[in-house]
Amino acid sequence: MNTSRKPSVSRYLYTFLIIWLLWYGFTTSLQPAEWITGAVVAALISFVTVRYFECCDPILFAPKHIVWFVAYFFVFLLALVKANFDVARRVLSPQLPINPGVVKFKTRLKNRFARMVLANSITLTPGTLTVDVVDDTYYIHWIDVKTTEPDAVYREVAWPFERILLKIYGE
Amino acid sequence: MTAIVINIALFFIGLGLFLGLMRFVKGPTAADRAVATDTLSVIGIAGLVLLAYVFGRYIYVDLALVYAVLGFIGIIVIARFIERAL
Amino acid sequence: MNWIFDILYYAGLFLILLGSVFLFLGALGIYRMPDLYNRLQAGTKASTLGAMSTILGVGLVHPQWFVKLFIIVLFIAFSNPLSSHALARASHRSGVKPFLKEGGEDAYAEEVAAEKARETEKSTL
Repeated sequence: MNTSRKPSVSRYLYTFLIIWLLWYGFTTSLQPAEWITGAVVAALISFVTVRYFECCDPILFAPKHIVWFVAYFFVFLLALVKANFDVARRVLSPQLPINPGVVKFKTRLKNRFARMVLANSITLTPGTLTVDVVDDTYYIHWIDVKTTEPDAVYREVAWPFERILLKIYGE
Repeated sequence: MTAIVINIALFFIGLGLFLGLMRFVKGPTAADRAVATDTLSVIGIAGLVLLAYVFGRYIYVDLALVYAVLGFIGIIVIARFIERAL
Repeated sequence: MNWIFDILYYAGLFLILLGSVFLFLGALGIYRMPDLYNRLQAGTKASTLGAMSTILGVGLVHPQWFVKLFIIVLFIAFSNPLSSHALARASHRSGVKPFLKEGGEDAYAEEVAAEKARETEKSTL
């Protein structure tokens, strides 16, 4: 990802609009003073952060992607609820059934925002916690290690999410 | 009915805050205390929102939002500090 | 139309109860688990869903506040895993060893050691 090239004007405008909308969400007030303050703040922030703002390219909101976003949401929600019942089972049982270890795998995603989403999703799914991401290698703390082979870890931990993220963000 | 549910929820949240505080007091290393702080701040945000409903004060919701942002930044700063200094 | 709001109201109460139980379980995990990484595991997952569910429940019970509460939920969903990742990484690099049973593997230790070796090599050149 090349961040040193100069961003275009429409890129600035798009960042500005998203941050302004976020400001409206924070204040939830329709008074003109709020809107003007929001515009000034959003202009400043978009000027500084436009290089790192790669989460919400307009092309991602194409209709065929919306289906995948919804699918991702439900897969993630199911995993989150399962993770919580898993935690409840482990915490409440008297002898603490854990067999922890740190394992690693390599991802196929290129987009940095997609990598962050994958890391966050792995943290919130049953029994896994992202310790670090070095280039394309994820280091995962696994509370109940079943395998340490990177490919098997990849299939077990990352595949349900990365399958959908690859559809949205491409390889 | 509503009052009973809210009271039970506040009871569990208070118990959670107490257990987090116990870990904060015991925690052998600074990193353990940081973990306890992280969880305590999230539990505190949920408690603030619930109290906002109980007392009917919208300003507590703003407070919870600000606390969420500041708690996150604080944890990041503490993590950087632990990484470099210990 | 009123019955829709009634259903939402009771769903909200249920979410509040469920969320507070999970918050309690997260704190119990923080208290009981044997080492820092397992504590982070239990604490992060349970407190994230617990806080999200409690706050959404209040949003359903009191629909006028829903927008701002939803923003808090989104912020928690993004920020909580990030802060737990930062804490795990920082404490591993500062030398907190993960609790391992017999034959447990710590792949990240090799990476940290390799990085340290590269840095000393660079500084000696």
